[in-house]
Amino acid sequence: MNFTFSDEQLLIRDMAERFFRDEYDLETRRKHQAKDGGFCRETWAQFAEMGWLALGIPEDLGGVGGGAVEMAILMEAMGGGLAVEPFLSTVVLGGSLLREGAAEDVREELLSRLAAGELLLSFAYAEAQSRYDLNDVATRARADGDGYVIDGAKIVALHAGTADKIAVTARTSGEDRDRDGITIFLIDADAPGLSVRDYPTVDGLRAGDLALEGVRVGADAVLGSVGGGLELAESVVDRAAALVAAEAAGAMAALTRGTVDYLKERKQFGRPLGDFQALQHRMTEMYMETELTRSLAYMAAVLQDGEDRAAARRASSQAKAKAGQAGRLIGQEAVQLHGGMGVTDEMPVGHYFKRLTMIDHSFGDSAHHLDRLADMEISVT
Amino acid sequence: MDLNLTPEELAFQQEVRETLRSSIPADIKRKVDLGLKLVKDDYVTWQRILNDLGWVAPGWPKEYGGTGWSPVRRFLYEEELAAASSPRLITFGLKMLGPVLIEFGTEEQKAHYLPRILSSEDWWCQGFSEPGAGSDLASLTTRAERDGDHYVVNGQKTWTTLAQYADWIFCLVRTSTEGKKQQGISFLLIDMKTPGVTVRPIQTLDGGREINDVFLENVRVPVENLVGKENDGWTIAKFLLGHERFGIAGVARSKKQMERVREIAAKETKRGRPLIEDRQFRESIARVEIELAALEMTELRLLSEEAAGRKPGPESSILKLKGTQVQQAITELLLEAVGNRAHVFDAGILEDEWPGADNDGPDLPEYAATVASHYFNWRKASIYGGSNEIQRTIIAKAILGL
Repeated sequence: MNFTFSDEQLLIRDMAERFFRDEYDLETRRKHQAKDGGFCRETWAQFAEMGWLALGIPEDLGGVGGGAVEMAILMEAMGGGLAVEPFLSTVVLGGSLLREGAAEDVREELLSRLAAGELLLSFAYAEAQSRYDLNDVATRARADGDGYVIDGAKIVALHAGTADKIAVTARTSGEDRDRDGITIFLIDADAPGLSVRDYPTVDGLRAGDLALEGVRVGADAVLGSVGGGLELAESVVDRAAALVAAEAAGAMAALTRGTVDYLKERKQFGRPLGDFQALQHRMTEMYMETELTRSLAYMAAVLQDGEDRAAARRASSQAKAKAGQAGRLIGQEAVQLHGGMGVTDEMPVGHYFKRLTMIDHSFGDSAHHLDRLADMEISVT
Repeated sequence: MDLNLTPEELAFQQEVRETLRSSIPADIKRKVDLGLKLVKDDYVTWQRILNDLGWVAPGWPKEYGGTGWSPVRRFLYEEELAAASSPRLITFGLKMLGPVLIEFGTEEQKAHYLPRILSSEDWWCQGFSEPGAGSDLASLTTRAERDGDHYVVNGQKTWTTLAQYADWIFCLVRTSTEGKKQQGISFLLIDMKTPGVTVRPIQTLDGGREINDVFLENVRVPVENLVGKENDGWTIAKFLLGHERFGIAGVARSKKQMERVREIAAKETKRGRPLIEDRQFRESIARVEIELAALEMTELRLLSEEAAGRKPGPESSILKLKGTQVQQAITELLLEAVGNRAHVFDAGILEDEWPGADNDGPDLPEYAATVASHYFNWRKASIYGGSNEIQRTIIAKAILGL
């Protein structure tokens, strides 16, 4: 057992923290948001140069190795920097899907392109009726010749509008909520019959709703196994949930630090607000909740790379439930303690608050994960 | 970062597990499992068994009888200790005075007192709080005045846990009223048998009698019983309160208690089904498990960083604060689990003089008998050792720089 970071991991952390501190302030973020596609391609190329896009990809497949812990370190820094670049959709979701599910003959090529910053991905699994249940899939794929024809609709697929390829869950057999019969297809963004309605999200990112009308794909578009896609989707989403919990911890730390700094400066009644014990204790709570979330995020990240799926799933739900609950508390408290400035667009506080709120609504909110943990209790006893 | 045990750690865990489980006396284990009252002999018997194993003070330096274990091994040991239904080790000698003497004591003091702590020959209690000095500990007024080669001590200590069993008490006393109030405090070791020492029990809301007032009237204490320098006691007190970070969060015990929650919930019923199948109750368990897992991982992170050379910081306040919150949440879960059986007052666990203690003992499952009194008793956890409000203020000042 070992609970400290290796020298290599510390190097990744220092580099990422320095990058977001020196080169990525709120004004930079606003500029990136205003660009075509809602992020900065030059910055994306920088991510590639720094090796960030190659993380989690084995060296023999064109990557730099590393696993969920390295990604969590990076996600934490991105949370602190409020990055709008499509790291989560392309590297965390897309990269994991390819690594786990792509056929051997194309895997290396796709992953090398991803690592080089030349392939953007999106994962479209949610549907209008599905909420956070990955097995609730009404989109259908029927076999046709040696391929499939896909019909259906997906909602809120992160960065779908800029993706070169989109992974889509579709039902190849069974009823709408069956666990079996789901297959994941990797579809070219320009495939005939596929249309993406791209829109900005409230937290400053981009997402898209998909309409699939007679989209024809070959058998080689299948990621993982035919009919067995749910397991792959669950493992990828569990990993993403653990990693956005790390991102949330980074945002919480920045928000807590920013609140403490602001209250040291802001004077009322002739002294800094930070002198008031009623406020000090509330900031203490923000600090502690941040640390606890960080701990769970790292625990969940470590377990995602282990053999024990049940432990990985449980830790992921614990981290995500905590990130949701703590994120809400810290976001609300930060706004409150900033007073009037907290509700302006000018200060970073509101932007962190919005991102934390939307993290809760990604990959299952805290209620969803508590529900899942309650289900797991049965199997514990 | 790696959550897997190495082969050596696995072997260590196995050895500790087997040894502890085969060593613990059955009657003591039963009392701990059911939350029954332990008496002095139970504690001493068990601590002597651990001392014979060389494991009673794992945190002490090896030369003084410690183990020299890594943080991971200490973590594993704490887990096995709890899993084996070990009573809490009495911290006053092992985790408070021992480290203080090792850091500040003279060679004579170390040679005399440390082995007697290890062997449980001396039972120590802690004389810090006073009626007028709780969270504001430095305002204490118990006086020690020099008279030849003795100090003459007058004053009152309170909330003194298990003073009724104690052979000795370590006290903060005022030796000077000059300068800041923190500057005139000294750390003194007092034999409880000295004339002028009186112990009066305080009945607590759960029916227990574990805390006491200790009155000190013209108590003559040899000057060689001073630890460190005269008027330097505040430094020692701060060291004592911040030194022992291991186990302060009580993670291993809380994990064991969560097992107990599940066991009870499997026996209790709701709407004809075991309570453990009830959705609302399972979510309550899940909520506490999240906090417990977060606490455990935070403790391990902090201790590992410390072992890797980072200086111990004020983060122990997080462990104390969050640890007691989790412990208290578990006492609530237990209370919820037993439902209306929580009402029943079981004489077997109470002190003799408590009203109602003469009933024959109600007919209820053993597991239900102590949960209410445990819940009431454990409200103390967020008050003692620096209340949770004091911990928040420490975090605000020392970590957030407010």
